[in-house]
Amino acid sequence: MFDMLNIAVCIKQVPDSKTVRFDKETGMMIRDGVETIINPVDLNALETALSIKDRHKACVHVLTMGPPSAETALRDALSMGADQAYLLSDRAFAGADTLATTRVLAAAIKKIGTMDMVICGNQSVDGDTAQVGPGLAVRLQMVSVAYVDALELLPNAVKCKRMNGYGHATVLVGLPALFTVIPSINTPRMPSLKAKMKAKSAKIPVWTALDLGLSAEEVGLTGSPTRVLNTFVRSFEAKREYLEGDAQTQVAALCERLVAAGVL
Amino acid sequence: MKNLPKNDWKGVWAVAEFHNGLLMPVSLELISKARELADKLQTETVAVVMGHGLKESVCHALLEYGAHEVQCVEHEALAVFREDVFAQILAGLIRLKRPEIVLAPATHQGKAYMPRVQTLLETGLTAGCLGLDIRTEDRVLIQTRAAWGGNFFVNIICPEARPQLVTVSPNVMVARRTEATGRIGHFQIPMDWLSSSVQVLESVEEKQDEPARLTQAEVVLVAGRGIEKRENLKLLQELAELMGGAVGATRAITDLGWLPEYTQIGQTGVTVSPRLCITFGVSGAVQHTVGLRNVEILVAINKDPAAPIFEMATYGIVADVNEILPLLLEKVKKRRYSGQV
Amino acid sequence: MAQVNYFLTEEQQMIVELARKIAIEKILPVRARLDETEEFPWEIMKDLAQSDLFGIYVPEEYGGIGKGCFETCLALEQLAYGCIGVTTTFAASALGGYPIVMFGSEEQKKRYLPDIASGSRLAAFALTEANAGSDAAGIQTSAVEDGDYWVLNGTKQWITSAGEAEIYTVIAMTDRHKGPRGATAFLVEKGDPGFSFGKKEKKMGLRASSTREMVFTDCRIPKDRILGKRGQGFIIALKTLDFARPGIGAIGVGLSQAALDEAVRYAKQRVQFGQYIISFQAIQHMLADMATQIEAARALVYAVAKTIDADARDIAKISAMAKLFATDVAMRVTTDAVQILGGYGYMKDYPVEKMMRDAKVLQIYEGTNQIQRNVIGQSLNKEYSNV
Repeated sequence: MFDMLNIAVCIKQVPDSKTVRFDKETGMMIRDGVETIINPVDLNALETALSIKDRHKACVHVLTMGPPSAETALRDALSMGADQAYLLSDRAFAGADTLATTRVLAAAIKKIGTMDMVICGNQSVDGDTAQVGPGLAVRLQMVSVAYVDALELLPNAVKCKRMNGYGHATVLVGLPALFTVIPSINTPRMPSLKAKMKAKSAKIPVWTALDLGLSAEEVGLTGSPTRVLNTFVRSFEAKREYLEGDAQTQVAALCERLVAAGVL
Repeated sequence: MKNLPKNDWKGVWAVAEFHNGLLMPVSLELISKARELADKLQTETVAVVMGHGLKESVCHALLEYGAHEVQCVEHEALAVFREDVFAQILAGLIRLKRPEIVLAPATHQGKAYMPRVQTLLETGLTAGCLGLDIRTEDRVLIQTRAAWGGNFFVNIICPEARPQLVTVSPNVMVARRTEATGRIGHFQIPMDWLSSSVQVLESVEEKQDEPARLTQAEVVLVAGRGIEKRENLKLLQELAELMGGAVGATRAITDLGWLPEYTQIGQTGVTVSPRLCITFGVSGAVQHTVGLRNVEILVAINKDPAAPIFEMATYGIVADVNEILPLLLEKVKKRRYSGQV
Repeated sequence: MAQVNYFLTEEQQMIVELARKIAIEKILPVRARLDETEEFPWEIMKDLAQSDLFGIYVPEEYGGIGKGCFETCLALEQLAYGCIGVTTTFAASALGGYPIVMFGSEEQKKRYLPDIASGSRLAAFALTEANAGSDAAGIQTSAVEDGDYWVLNGTKQWITSAGEAEIYTVIAMTDRHKGPRGATAFLVEKGDPGFSFGKKEKKMGLRASSTREMVFTDCRIPKDRILGKRGQGFIIALKTLDFARPGIGAIGVGLSQAALDEAVRYAKQRVQFGQYIISFQAIQHMLADMATQIEAARALVYAVAKTIDADARDIAKISAMAKLFATDVAMRVTTDAVQILGGYGYMKDYPVEKMMRDAKVLQIYEGTNQIQRNVIGQSLNKEYSNV
């Protein structure tokens, strides 16, 4: 039987998609007036950890890599009942792709201590790559199970249901392991007033690259094998091109255009 | 992997997806694209297929769609999907053979094992690519993907690290059949590549949630009043299946009970955001079109030239839907199965 | 643009944010359905339990947050923004729990308050009867001593959460001839022998709140269920209502704010005669009056709540004022909101008709607004007696 479980939950602060707009000229996201929220499925990940804590002795550690303002996301997580929070923040972390991100997260988790379980949301609303969870597992030398929508702690293992693209598979995993969860797994709980009050005065350590023992080449843009060449916004102007001729001609013309557009 | 010089990495790979005895169509789409990229790079393309019960016909199909070589990785332990095992094998193979580019399906499986492969190899991975092209001056792969649920597009490159890994969703690339002239290899997996603490107890097949399919579909075909007869819906549904799309409807159709309520697109229904939406006999009333705001390419087919739908269409065809549908169906069938239009 | 600043502390701000989050994320999406089906909002009660809001007024040593009337009002105002049927269900538990906080023995507090504070058991308050509404002294439910038990007989009417709550503060007659000292408060639990419930009432509004008769047929409860002292029943009831009335005012403020927001939003996008209707003076004046009344109601409720928390004595008058004013404002504002939305306001597809239907009860329950005026009038009479 598990004694005290140490569970790490990785969260990300993302722009609230309701307030996001794009500049058609530069193809960049307009940052003014954009509100930030915790990536919604990360709340499901946190809820998964808290549900385990409801039933077993556990310590839930929440961490995020982000700018100093990401601290509010961590306090929100503490308000839901997480035990400890850690902010990984350093100018050098900026521009990181998923490979560089997982280096930072893994270093932080190792610094916190030995984890029995790591839980992540399956993807974020901004990047939506779904890469951080499984990548992080490799760095922590853990097995990963992605797209989990039910998780149960057994005496010596974890039983979970995961989506595999054709249905569900029931999987048995020994700990330590990393799970990425999908929104249907649970409904995140409301914050509690007591936890909110504790969170207000909680000490949240801020760790830089130096604190994590990472060099400049391992993090941020420098540590990322991929880089963005350019970004663009597609404007959907109604072209209103009428395809003339008899039915055969019209269909042929349509197919030609759809093939050219890459949708057929 | 930073050790080996970039130029030592050659070849374009496509990872197939094999499930329940079937080679998934995305595999053919990826190997076709891989072949296109390999031709531009003047190198070879290899299809990798991992699974259990891999028949010769499966490997042959991959050759037919462009592979110069098929690496058939057959083992009982691969009968069920476990991302740690699949990643271990793929990473191992990549280390041995050193391809410069690897395409994998952006399916639940691909998205679960590729990030592991990426991290094992300390290289770049771009998920959900909508476009891939070669920058000929330096053989670098330009990877185009969308972010923010499709509102925003990014071109990414992985200039130094190798291999350049990407995942591609089904129904994005086009499968092209050619002459099957390649070779099939059977890879013997080292035992330790199969070790895993994950045990799959059972696997249950399920059809995807239909309402979710509609709102997530990349291709949506909408049935409007102009369809006229209920029987004509069959053709539309067939076309949707061929195109890997979902079927939506206007209120007129759902009120008649010809299609379930959840297919209703509009103010009191759902909003769809596909790349392609073709409306059949839809007039374009505001209550309906508000659900089509986010469509990238809208094709309107209606016999009434004054129908409001034409105002917001990319392409308009003024014709009887029931004349167009069968012709369109034929053309798409031809394209799907032969790569020609 | 400056809004009136009430100088909330950080903790008070947290309560506002938390209650508002629940209102927007949990109550708003389901309020129309709850109004239609009259189902009891168990899911939302669970969310409220999780949030610790049930324990706002309960002392910390019994599992609560140890705050007062003002904080309770802040929470009620935000929840009311979502739906006052749901909010009344939440508030009713405070109505049943507050007497225990004020008059309960140490043992009773330990036995009941932790569950009430955690929301794991709901409480309710039972005073009203068929023949005793405003005339509370006319209650007929009796409690008679019988060895180690009290035996209750009678019927309570229109009790909020009757049937769903598990802990009931019941006011019953013990000495009819003693007038004001003739009643006693008791703690009755669901499941006590001889305690049953009538059918659920069908109401004009407040439909997410469950209202039933409570029937006592030789209901036997142990002696230690007496709350406070024998004969203190009416005092307990009055003191409880004094504390609770500003809360009803707060509910009125929240409801009014919701109605105003709907009305302004509508007026800003409805075009008639080639203009947005908010540019018409008739509409602007209505909205201006609505907004001003709401702010005045809010200010009064807050000021009264803070006064109560400062341990003021004889709070009956000010408590009645907060309830009276804010609930009359709510009725006017919600009616005007329907008027501004016009035909759409009358349709169930839009939220304001429910708000107007809901508002009416605020002028009736926890003491009708006529009784509130009595209280204020009588108090003025006393205050000015030395002039």
